[in-house]
Amino acid sequence: MNSIRPSSRLPGLLLAALALAAAPAFAEGPSAVVGPVHLPPDVAALPVEQAVLASPPHVPPPITRRTPARVVVNLEVKEVTKRIADGTEYTFWTYGGTVPGSFIRIRAGDVVEFHLNNHPSSKLPHNIDLHAVTGAGGGAASTFTAPGHSSQFTFKALNPGLYVYHCATAPVPMHIGNGMYGLILVEPEEGLPPADKEYYVMQGDFYANGAYAGGGLQTFDTPKSIDEHPTYVLFNGAVGSLVGDNALTAEVGQRVRLFFGVGGPNLTSSFHVIGEIFDKVWLEGGNRVAQENVQTTLVPAGGSTIVDFKVEVPGTFILVDHSLSRAFNKGAIGMLKVSGAADRVVYSGKEVDAVYLGSAAEAGSVAAKRQDELEQKIAAEIKANPAIAGLAKEVRIEKGKQVYMQNCFACHLPSGEGMAGVFPPLAKSDFLQADRERAIRIVLKGLSGPVTVNGQTYNGVMPPQGEVLNPEQIADVLTYVTNSWGNSAEPFTVDEVRKVKGE
Amino acid sequence: MSRLRCAFLRLPRLLLALIGAALAAGGAAPRGGEAMATIPAGVYRPVSRATTDPETVAVAAFRLDALPVTNAEFLAFVVAHPRWRRSRVSPLFADETYLRHWAGDTELGPLAPPDAPVVNVSWFAARAYARAEGRRLPLLAEWELAAAAGYATPRGRDEPDFNRDLYAWLARPTPDVLPAVSSARPNIHGARGLHGLVWEWVDDFDTAMVTGESRADAARDQNLFCGGAAAAASDPGDYAAFMRQALRSSLKARQGTASLGFRCAADLSPP
Repeated sequence: MNSIRPSSRLPGLLLAALALAAAPAFAEGPSAVVGPVHLPPDVAALPVEQAVLASPPHVPPPITRRTPARVVVNLEVKEVTKRIADGTEYTFWTYGGTVPGSFIRIRAGDVVEFHLNNHPSSKLPHNIDLHAVTGAGGGAASTFTAPGHSSQFTFKALNPGLYVYHCATAPVPMHIGNGMYGLILVEPEEGLPPADKEYYVMQGDFYANGAYAGGGLQTFDTPKSIDEHPTYVLFNGAVGSLVGDNALTAEVGQRVRLFFGVGGPNLTSSFHVIGEIFDKVWLEGGNRVAQENVQTTLVPAGGSTIVDFKVEVPGTFILVDHSLSRAFNKGAIGMLKVSGAADRVVYSGKEVDAVYLGSAAEAGSVAAKRQDELEQKIAAEIKANPAIAGLAKEVRIEKGKQVYMQNCFACHLPSGEGMAGVFPPLAKSDFLQADRERAIRIVLKGLSGPVTVNGQTYNGVMPPQGEVLNPEQIADVLTYVTNSWGNSAEPFTVDEVRKVKGE
Repeated sequence: MSRLRCAFLRLPRLLLALIGAALAAGGAAPRGGEAMATIPAGVYRPVSRATTDPETVAVAAFRLDALPVTNAEFLAFVVAHPRWRRSRVSPLFADETYLRHWAGDTELGPLAPPDAPVVNVSWFAARAYARAEGRRLPLLAEWELAAAAGYATPRGRDEPDFNRDLYAWLARPTPDVLPAVSSARPNIHGARGLHGLVWEWVDDFDTAMVTGESRADAARDQNLFCGGAAAAASDPGDYAAFMRQALRSSLKARQGTASLGFRCAADLSPP
C-alpha cells in the first residue's frame, strides 16, 4: 500500500470488517495478537517451572525429571556496548545481555511459554526465531516486539536436539551480525549421557566499521557484511573471551562436553580442538551420536554440534575454527585448560632437544660413521657367506646386463664378440681378464691407440664412460662382462671403481 | 501483513478524527515559517512493496519542521490541552509508556531536558499536537524523501560521512537522556535530525507493516526482504530503510518508545 492520503483507506476498512465477520482471528496471520492458547486439561495439569537460563560459557544443569512440564522462559533483548577486543568496544544487540544469548535447556515434550522482552532503551524492534520450534517462522512473527514492549507465545518441543535461535527482523544480517543468536537444547526424553563438564561456545562473524582491534567504539559495517568480509570471527563475542583467566577448565580423566553453535550470519566453522579428538559427535546437533573419533567437525551458519571427549593428559587445548586465518587474525581462539597428573606414555612431552645440521651431518656425525661401519660389516658378512655372496653377485650381473645393453652392446655386440679388426671382443678376452684395474680405468676414461686382444691388434677409440655411468653402474657392468660368455671373475665393487676414479 | 490489523488501527483513527476537531481549539502558536524547511518535489522509491503497488511514489513539494518537537513544546501543548496530560490521557490513545520519562503531568524533570526531542508519545498524541498547531504529520513518502537528502546532496546514500553518521546512530542504544535537537547537523534542505536524534512518527506509518517474520513477507509479496527472496526489495543493501520499516511495523498507534518522537509538516501552499 502506498496511498498518500489516509482517507483513501476507507474501502480497506470495509473489506477488513467483512473479513472479521467471516473468519476467526487467527486466520489473519501470525503477526496478529490472537490471545492466550487454551491448554487442554492434560497440558494444563503439567507442573509449571521457570527455565533456568545460563550465560556463556556456562550451561544450565541437566534436566532430571523424566516427565514433561510447562516451562516459562523470560528472555530480555538488550542493546549493549561492550569490549570486542583490547581497547575496542562494539555495540552488540543481545539476548540476555551476552553474546551468544542465554542458553535455554528444556526437555522433549515440554510445553514452553515464551516471553520476549525488548528493553526500553533498544533502538529497534526485535524478535526471535527458535530453530527448535515447529511452526511458521519459528516464533519470529509471534515475538516481533517494539522497544519497551513484551511478546508471548507458546510452543511444544517436539524434536530433541541442539538448536540455534536468532533474531529474524530485517535486515537480518545486521541483527545476527550484532550478536543476536544463542542455543536452545531440547534434551531427549531419556536425557543425555552424563558428562563431567558442559560448556557453551558459539562462533560468530562481526563486521565492524574499523580495523581489527582498531580502538574506540565500533559499530556494524553494512558493505563489509554484504561482501562477507568480517573484521572479527569470534568465540563468545569477544577476542579472548575463552582465553587466560576466562579459559574453560577440566581435570584429567573428566569427560568434557561442548555445546557448540555458529550464529553466523555468514560463515561456516571448521571446529577443531588442537590436541584432542572428539570421542563422540552429535553431528549438526541432532539427537544421536553420528560419528566417533573426529578431528574437525563442520558446523553450518545457523547450526550446531555437540562434542564429547575425555581429557587424558594435562595441558592447554586450543579451540579454533580450522579456517586458520580466522583463528590467527580475526580472533577465533579459545582455550581449555586441563589440570592433573601427566601420563607420559599417552603424551611424553619433549624428550630430546639435539642439534640438527641437515645434510651437512652426513660425513662427520656419529650416526653417519656408525652407519658406514655397519654397512662394511654387512659387506664382510656377505662375502664370508658363499650362498649370499653368490646371490649378491647374480644381482650385480643382472643389473650390469642392463647397463651393457644400453651403453656397450652397439660396438661389443650382445654376444660380447665385438667386430673383428674394429671392436675388440669381451667374450673370453685375455686383455679384459688380465688386469682388473686396467679394465676399470678403460671404462672410466676410455682407450685409444693399439692394443692386442687374443692375438689380434686393434687401433680404435673407446669413449670414456666416467661421466655417463656412476661407480655402481661401472662395477655392475664389469661384473657382467667378466662373468658372461665363458668369462669368470670375482664381482667388481664400488670401492674398486672409486679407487681408480680417484687416481 | 494484515489488512485486518490495519483495520484495527484505523478504527480508532476514525474516532479520533471525530474527536480531533474538538481538541484542535486553542493550540499553541505555530512556529514561524522560518522554522520549517522546504522539501522540493521528488520521487520516493519504497525499499520493498507489494507487487500490486507502484515502484515509485511522486511527492509534491511540502514544508517540514526543521527540528523535531521538543519536550518544552510538547509541555506547552499538554498545558493547553489537559486531556493529553499523562494522568488524563485515554488509554485508547496512549498506553502506559506515554511521557513516562517526564517527572510529572506538567513537569519535565532530569530525564527530559526542555530542548531535547519529546519521546514516549503515541501516534494519536503526535497527531493531536500537529492539528493543534494547524499542521499535520508528514506522510511516510514525504518523510522518506526529506530524510534521503544528505548533508550536501539530495542523495545522502552517496555521502560517506552521512552514511557513517547514520549507521553509527542506528547501531547505538538509546541514551537515558537525549541530546538537544539543535545538536543535529542540517541536511541540504535545512532539516535537522531526521537521522541521529530519534525515530519519528509519520501519518501513515501503518502502511509499512510487516508480519514480523521478515522472510515470509517476500513470499507474500509483502514488504520486507530477508533471508529468502530479494525479489520484493528495490534495494536490499539499504539496511537503514529496512530498519525504519521494521520499526514502524512493530508499532501500534497508542504506543510510544523511548526513541520515538515526531515533527510536523504542512502543504507548501496551504489551501
